[in-house]
Amino acid sequence: MSAPLLRVRDLATHFFTRAGVLKAVDGVSFDLSAGEILGLVGESGSGKSVTGYSLLGLIDPPGRIVAGSIRLHDQELIGLPPAALRDLRGRRLAMVFQDPMTTLNPVLTIAAQMQLALGAHERVSARAGRARAADVLTRVGIPDAARRLDAYPHQFSGGMRQRVAIAVALLNRPDVIVADEPTTALDVSIQAQILAEMKALVRDLGTALIWISHDLAVVSALASRILVMYAGRIVEQGPTATVLRAPRHPYTGGLLDSLPSRAAPGQTLQQIPGLPPTLAALPAGCAFHPRCARADVACQVAPETTLAGTRGWRCHHPLAEPAP
Amino acid sequence: MLGFLIQRFLQAIVVLVVIAGLVFAGVFAIGNPIDVLISPDATQQIRLDTIARYGLDQPLWQQYLAFLGRLAQGDFGRSFVFNMPVLDLILSRLPATLELTLAAVIGATVLGVPLGMFAGYRPDSRVARLLMGLSILGFSVPTFWIGLVLILVFAVTLGWLPAGGRGETLSVFGVEWSFLTWDGLQHLLLPAINLSLFKLAMMMRLARAGTREIILTDTVKFARASGQSEWTILRHHVLPLISIPIVTVFGLEFGSTLAFAVVTETIFSWPGLGKLIIESIQSLDRPVMVAYLMLVAFLFIAINFLIDIAYAALDPRIRARR
Amino acid sequence: MNRDTPLFRLWVEFRDNRIAVAALVVIIAIAVLAILAPLITPQDPYNLAKLVLADARRPPGTVGSGGYVHWLGTDAQGRDLLSAILYGLRISVLIGIAAGAVAFIVGATMGALAAFAGGRTEMLIMRFVDLQLSFPAILLALVLSAMLGQGHLQMITALAAAQYAYFARTAHGAAATERAKDYVEAALSTPLPARLVLFRHILPNCLPPLIVVATVQVANSIALEATLSFLGLGLPVTEPSLGMLIANGFQYLLSGRYWISIYPGIALIVLIVAINLVGDQIRDQLNPRLKR
Repeated sequence: MSAPLLRVRDLATHFFTRAGVLKAVDGVSFDLSAGEILGLVGESGSGKSVTGYSLLGLIDPPGRIVAGSIRLHDQELIGLPPAALRDLRGRRLAMVFQDPMTTLNPVLTIAAQMQLALGAHERVSARAGRARAADVLTRVGIPDAARRLDAYPHQFSGGMRQRVAIAVALLNRPDVIVADEPTTALDVSIQAQILAEMKALVRDLGTALIWISHDLAVVSALASRILVMYAGRIVEQGPTATVLRAPRHPYTGGLLDSLPSRAAPGQTLQQIPGLPPTLAALPAGCAFHPRCARADVACQVAPETTLAGTRGWRCHHPLAEPAP
Repeated sequence: MLGFLIQRFLQAIVVLVVIAGLVFAGVFAIGNPIDVLISPDATQQIRLDTIARYGLDQPLWQQYLAFLGRLAQGDFGRSFVFNMPVLDLILSRLPATLELTLAAVIGATVLGVPLGMFAGYRPDSRVARLLMGLSILGFSVPTFWIGLVLILVFAVTLGWLPAGGRGETLSVFGVEWSFLTWDGLQHLLLPAINLSLFKLAMMMRLARAGTREIILTDTVKFARASGQSEWTILRHHVLPLISIPIVTVFGLEFGSTLAFAVVTETIFSWPGLGKLIIESIQSLDRPVMVAYLMLVAFLFIAINFLIDIAYAALDPRIRARR
Repeated sequence: MNRDTPLFRLWVEFRDNRIAVAALVVIIAIAVLAILAPLITPQDPYNLAKLVLADARRPPGTVGSGGYVHWLGTDAQGRDLLSAILYGLRISVLIGIAAGAVAFIVGATMGALAAFAGGRTEMLIMRFVDLQLSFPAILLALVLSAMLGQGHLQMITALAAAQYAYFARTAHGAAATERAKDYVEAALSTPLPARLVLFRHILPNCLPPLIVVATVQVANSIALEATLSFLGLGLPVTEPSLGMLIANGFQYLLSGRYWISIYPGIALIVLIVAINLVGDQIRDQLNPRLKR
């Protein structure tokens, strides 16, 4: 097996606020191979977005990466000087955000914004820049791209804007794209379109993709491997098909049971009891134990990750593996 | 867009007529209007002539219409202090004020916007805190007081710059300008600084507030994620976004700077409109007051009109709506 | 004290900014000094019969004919400057607060009425307010005080007329926002009188932004009054306010008798800066976009 493209070890990103230290990401480790699509799933506040931002070094104060290692190829990113990190952003690592209405600059044309993104890494003439921008826009499915270059973001629909944002991310051919819920703000039909296109795009370009979402259904349609996050930690990971068929962590099990597609028509959806914990007041031990039916005294101590082949989970009382 | 311009133009005319009414009521209807029009020591014959000429024996609404009619023809009457047509008097003083005001507002913008953007970009830095402290001072300290201190320090104590007057001027197209000669520039410097400090504080705070908000938005995060440098982001993303409120304030402040020039011109004996209006208030030269107010109103409306056009140029969303 | 009112929450956050608290203390101290001025000053600077011309333009620290030390010197009429400054502050504070209060009441009422009346009334009122807002306040105050003549009441009228529009705009904005909220709709649909809804629910929620405007406008009123007095308009010459003291000292400034202008100026600036610091802190607190 080849060395992973991206290797994250014990990543910890904390926010130092008045209310205390919020451990948004607390010891996250995973690998990403070239061209792989990885799904990062969790409820809001689970630390999945902060993990994404941490990869690009985009954590604003009062947040800070306090520990861990992020290696891209063989280069350590944590502790890299800002200028070197800036040069990696966009060129090696790119990101797409959730709300296409707010990511693009409303007062600049698409061409101008793409030119700025290109210009961050190489000197490109306006003419060459336009040609490349039009090429990428065509790739992400924007019809008549060359003519649309001089339009402003408000002249595009939400789905089209997100395509433009994806085009900006693809512009410098990065190795990894971190997509932070890029379809959540869109209509379901457009969401499906973009998912399919995205999948084809990264396959063609060989770009690895980290798809962050709260929606297990979206991720399972896309990713080959899934990471499930809860309260700043990865509680379960493994190949998508296996995790969906046989979750080991009770939280993953709960998420799967609450999927409408899993329930028979008319049947009441299963819910995970209780609410996700606030980071300011995390339960001691396993953060999930107050909501977990299987919890007992042992869960007062935080479980370590159990690794078994391609899978891993953090639980003292994992769900049973179904008989093969 | 053209329809919008025509609509705004018609609105502007309505506003001017309303203001003319207010000025008419304020200056003509309060007190004996005859005192407004001629000097108190005029002969009885002149008095009667004037009453007949301005139709002061007519009902008020007819007088108002007549007043509007004269305004439309550019007839503002004569100043009895200077004994010349008010319009000529005002036009002769206008360049000095425009020069001073433009120098102050442009200086404040060119200096205040970058400083304010820095303060908004690093709100917790020492420099930013210092700048904000100074801006509160700039807001609070009355213009006339700053003028006194400037004169005390730079003219009296250090003797570097002249304390008043316009200095040497150069005539271009029959209008005298100070900024074209070295001596005139020296004379312009202190009053321009005096007049600009308030605007500088304002521009700084405006630029800071805008930058502080925009720097936290996804637009900036997204630009960072594509590897753009902080300089590029400030220059190409933040500046265009904050320029919309800044242009508004630039325009509006240009107007109020014209008004504040009253104080600065008095202190620095700058022979502009502000000094003229103070003198005419003190000598009750009311035709000059009327003309001055109408001129300021006209300038205000013209500026607002220009701001709207600038808006459309700066913000494609507004352009689309119209 | 009810701990859940918007005002109390404002205070809790306010306490954290030490500079703003210090500024508040300064304001209170100046207010107390100004109120007590007749009791603590060695001289009544407005009693022309008591002024001794031989004492005129003495530098700070001189002992005058009254037998006491003129700590800040004397002015051209032989007034003890310390006394004159305290009396001047008294006028400044009084006029600033009175003008602010009148502008507050008139403006807030107009704005709230406009928000509630809606339709043509709202458009007419707010158009007028906008028109005035686009016109510089100083010019309006200048012309008004020239027309009204000298006197305290005239000055307050001129300042209030120049500034009420800021309150009207703010009150209109806040009231229109509140008006649109569901709870107001719900309260209005109950048999409660509309007046009660207005006073119990809407005003308390409009108050914080109006307080910001009020602090700024009181500071502006004080600066404006000083400016007008400096220009020789407004208040009677026999009872010099701070602006007039400064104007009177202007001609002596150039010959080195700095104290006549400088000390009243410093007093004026300390007062205005303190008020603005307090206003600034409240404004920052109320800006929801800066909340993290």
